[in-house]
Amino acid sequence: MAVSAIFGAKVKRREDPRMITGRGRYTDDVKLPGMLYAAFVRSPHAHARIKGVNIEKAKKIKGVVCIYTGKDTEGKVAPVPCAWQIPNADLKVPKYNPLAVDKVRYVGDPVAVVVAETPYAARDAAEAVEVEYEPLPAVVNQVEATEEGAPQLYDDVPNNIAFRWTLQGGDVEKAFQEAEIVIEQDLINHRLQPTAIETRGAVANYDPSTGELTMWMTSQNPHIHRFLISVMTGVPEHKLRVIAPDVGGGFGSKIHVYGAEAVVAFLAKELCRPVKWMEDRRENYLATIHGRDHIQHVRVAAKRDGTILGIEVKTYANLGAYLSTAAPGIPTWLFGLMLCGPYRIQAVKCEVIGVLTNTAPVDAYRGAGRPEATYILERIIDILARELGMDPAEIRLRNFIPADAFPYQTAAGPVYDSGNYEQAFKRALELIEYEKLREEQRRAREEGKLLGIGISSYVEICGLGPSRGVRATGFGLGLWESTTVRVHPTGKVSVYTGGHPHGQGEETTFAQIVAEELGIPIDDVDIIHGDTGEIPFGMGTYGSRTTPVAGGAIALACRRIKEKARKIAAYILEAGEADVEFEAGKFYVRGSPEKSVPIQQVALASYAAGEGEIPPGMEPGLESTVFYDPENFTFPFGTHVALVEIDPETGQVKVLKYVAVDDCGRQINPMIVEGQVHGGIVQGIAQALWEEALYDKNGNLLTATLSDYAVPTAADVPSFVTDSTVTPSPHNPLGVKGVGETGTIASTPAIVNAVVDALAHLGVKHVDMPLRADKIWKILKEKDIAK
Amino acid sequence: MARKKQLLETAETYVSVSMKVNGVPCSAKIEPRTLLVHFLRDVLGLTGTHWGCDTGNCGACTVIMNGKSVKSCNIFAVQADGAEIITIEGLAKDGQLHPIQEAFWENHGLQCGFCTPGFIMQAYWLLQQNPNPTEEEVRRGISGNICRCTGYQNIVKAILTAAEKMKR
Amino acid sequence: MYVRSFQYLAPKTVKEAVTLLNKLGGEAKVIAGGQSLVPLMKLRLATPSYLIDLNRVKGLDYIKDQKNRILIGALTRHAAIENSDLIKEHVPIMAEAASHIADPQVRNLGTIGGSLAHCDPAGDWGAVVIALNGEVKITGPRKDRVMKIDDFFIDTYQPNLKKGEILTEVRIPKPQPNSGGAYLKLERRAGDFATAGVAAQLTLDVDGVCRYAGIGLTALGPTSLRARKAEKTLLGRKVDDNSIEEAAEAAAEESKPTDDPLRGSAEYKRAMARVLTRRALKLALARATGGGA
Repeated sequence: MAVSAIFGAKVKRREDPRMITGRGRYTDDVKLPGMLYAAFVRSPHAHARIKGVNIEKAKKIKGVVCIYTGKDTEGKVAPVPCAWQIPNADLKVPKYNPLAVDKVRYVGDPVAVVVAETPYAARDAAEAVEVEYEPLPAVVNQVEATEEGAPQLYDDVPNNIAFRWTLQGGDVEKAFQEAEIVIEQDLINHRLQPTAIETRGAVANYDPSTGELTMWMTSQNPHIHRFLISVMTGVPEHKLRVIAPDVGGGFGSKIHVYGAEAVVAFLAKELCRPVKWMEDRRENYLATIHGRDHIQHVRVAAKRDGTILGIEVKTYANLGAYLSTAAPGIPTWLFGLMLCGPYRIQAVKCEVIGVLTNTAPVDAYRGAGRPEATYILERIIDILARELGMDPAEIRLRNFIPADAFPYQTAAGPVYDSGNYEQAFKRALELIEYEKLREEQRRAREEGKLLGIGISSYVEICGLGPSRGVRATGFGLGLWESTTVRVHPTGKVSVYTGGHPHGQGEETTFAQIVAEELGIPIDDVDIIHGDTGEIPFGMGTYGSRTTPVAGGAIALACRRIKEKARKIAAYILEAGEADVEFEAGKFYVRGSPEKSVPIQQVALASYAAGEGEIPPGMEPGLESTVFYDPENFTFPFGTHVALVEIDPETGQVKVLKYVAVDDCGRQINPMIVEGQVHGGIVQGIAQALWEEALYDKNGNLLTATLSDYAVPTAADVPSFVTDSTVTPSPHNPLGVKGVGETGTIASTPAIVNAVVDALAHLGVKHVDMPLRADKIWKILKEKDIAK
Repeated sequence: MARKKQLLETAETYVSVSMKVNGVPCSAKIEPRTLLVHFLRDVLGLTGTHWGCDTGNCGACTVIMNGKSVKSCNIFAVQADGAEIITIEGLAKDGQLHPIQEAFWENHGLQCGFCTPGFIMQAYWLLQQNPNPTEEEVRRGISGNICRCTGYQNIVKAILTAAEKMKR
Repeated sequence: MYVRSFQYLAPKTVKEAVTLLNKLGGEAKVIAGGQSLVPLMKLRLATPSYLIDLNRVKGLDYIKDQKNRILIGALTRHAAIENSDLIKEHVPIMAEAASHIADPQVRNLGTIGGSLAHCDPAGDWGAVVIALNGEVKITGPRKDRVMKIDDFFIDTYQPNLKKGEILTEVRIPKPQPNSGGAYLKLERRAGDFATAGVAAQLTLDVDGVCRYAGIGLTALGPTSLRARKAEKTLLGRKVDDNSIEEAAEAAAEESKPTDDPLRGSAEYKRAMARVLTRRALKLALARATGGGA
């Protein structure tokens, strides 16, 4: 594949000029004449029966237009559907009302909605709605929720267990029989709040004359939202237009379908006036999905030389009060499939118990299942190394799948497309000067300093994904991606993509793909996305899929265009098609490049469509629509290494150095790749050290504001050293793999491993996240280090 | 009560505010509870200033008020009566990007762009206070702003680059 | 995010402000920098019917050199204190503490008077003014009152203000020669509410004997606290590792922290009182003897 100057170049982003000048257009920037504002009344109880809702006082507040309770919308807005119904797991999908009807099941569960002339009046009235509750005992911990006598969220979900899912590959029994050493460990992968800086929201506008309903909303996947909101509200799909304008971060939280957006659509239709709703941050923390929340038990069988033979995992996954859109698939398929990681583990068994609790629904958050799997492996391999007296670097090298083994099917099932784990690993160790650092650590320990080095190697499943594969897991739709690439008569190109970048920079990288494929200036390409009124049905942006899948679709569409253009060029050049070459945007007969036809001329000819312009019988026009269904997932990989220092008196952890070497296949724009890695690393470090969604035992969220939920600032993190290796995906049209989640997957265990390493000489084997100063201090005190 | 009433004659349901925003005088009658960020966005239509939290932590709403960076969600518009405000929309002059804006663009200092106006306005103030900041000073100087996408590295790089540009 | 309705009052003089506050009583809230109050109002945890804005009151924003003391107007912004040459010269601990308050934007609006009157034990100024043995001037419907800062803090969010009274000035005695101070705090992330903080101010005589010791604690009790025993431990003694260790121990004992599910147990915070007191005293000592940054 020829690499031009544009593909692989650090092109400045084309989305930036609007954003750095304040001209970005986000959902809350949409203002329509006559617009009303909605505010939700939310439950202050984690679990309660609704005895009555009194709206009389609220109705009287100046500016209030109407108030709907759960009873009012019942039958008018259908329950929120669950779109990932995993098979063979005895899955129970309880009714998920957009507005609670008989019971509330978490603090923040919406009970009623108020519509008013101003957002202030709406909030005033929401506060004045009087709801009579009969509080019920609540349960927030997923293990406790399954125990005898625990409060029951639903009559038809015994023991609050929504599913039991198992995955097995290889001979696990044999692995443990043959083991020379068995390691067991309990691990907690705690709950997180995604925290896109833009909260969720929607504006809906109904035109009764056409029956069309237009919604602007904070969405990572406007077509999925259109599809499911249509089902919920009864607005026919072809009359519902969902526009996701600029979106201020998602990290998974804006994939899902929530009751609120459907209610806003319903209200606009009922009232025949535009209605806007935006969460405030508290609401976002209470009611937008959370992520992770696994309680895990792991067993590993190994030989004394460090070879891992098998792994057995049992996880209790907290799903929250309702099954969110993709909730059942995240802690099962996206988790279990990756339990072999980058290692040659011959046997794997995974049991996941999905549990409903009185907490906010849990669903996909950056990495979604894969960080939880990687965390297990990277912690357990360190623990094993320690047990065996091996260096954590050495044990990884011993277990890596070798570079010549690809494609490689793991015991867990997936076929890894390509990889060279050792290469990335060695590069990372070289960059951080691993041996030197170990020496430094030895010296530091003698001085009473607590220095730790943590390694984390990972492989990720992304580029979601081949439709037959994902449908077999119970996912509601295939995960292909669509595009229309339209070459206009002047040779300018509009690309309509089903992907919906919201920070990932594909308005730039996609234009780079087209510029490379068609040999035209990047400025001649526009990328259009996010509006179901313009683009073909598409699946959206998540799961590190946009560049490999939507990008792949665009490359294929360009290639189809080139095929047709070649025919036209051959006709114009009066040559055989096989003799026509294409280079730098021009067609010419092999051997005579001086006589060429630029693609722009071909484009014009395709629309002119006269004699001598296009071959007889050929359809006019020059565009292509492609639904690209990848033949496999993609598997980026890499190694991150962190150096941390612990203050022995306060327990505070400081990240001193951090090296990341990632391999996401070919890179279209290395600047953007690097940016994705940086951001991912900080989110992962944040989980390791600071962030934790914390409920008290009554189900009150203690971290419901940004003052309480500790998202790091620039002053809390260092600069990172990043590098990459390039192992192209053999099956992807562009050789790319995706990089949106790698940083988050890799960095959490790197930090935890480093902190545990800093404490290892004190006999510390494991510490559960987040590694807050007070927690570390307690350990140091027990070890007589801190006083 | 009568005395209280008399005393409160000055206190009205709606208050008039006037301020100069990006050099343009503007005035409106608003409820006193209108936050400055809502005034800028909803009354003046300057939607470049964003908001992302309730507690003054995220800094997305940062604007310059009388020469100082402030969080416009943490002040009522009525308090800014008579003030001079600069928002992200007022930074580029005659179609020419401000060096900080250029530097954010060149250094990939933004991803989703939502926090960006706040960071740029804070950087604007920071570089006026300290035209020669170290990396450490930049990191502390923007610690009142939260970005969830970039991991801050390229924001810091952009601000250090902007400092160099502004010296030229 | 949407504040409950209130009526806005912007007095031009302290007298007007006091009159308004006296008339309106508990229904009114005074707003200075507003950096603590506005978030509470947005969460509807504070819902005053009247807001009395001090920002239009003339003559409350100053840092003055008055013989043996520094006078700071209640409306003086944290950033002004952080950058004041007068402060840096006489009470550098205040500039240091100011630079650790919240974040730069908050420091541009937040005021020392507002922060003290908010009476949040996690507020930074309380401990610092305690360490400096400062006073506050209270203006009310009757005669002005001046009280030691210690007497100003009654309980969490409860300042010693009677109906109609406003804190109008902070008075800091200038430390004698051979003085040094330090303010240290522990936070989860930059700008977070303190997990614990300690302000320490020392004056030594030529022999290194402690002539003055002021130690204030942040977030280690229901209000900002004075570590009285710790101070006594040092007074009249040579400040060295031993006496510092004893003082740190005393400060830990005197602290009254509570469990916080987000920032740590009372036990942890008490231990941090010891660590931070030790570190702050060492730094203060180094500064008093001309060393240290």
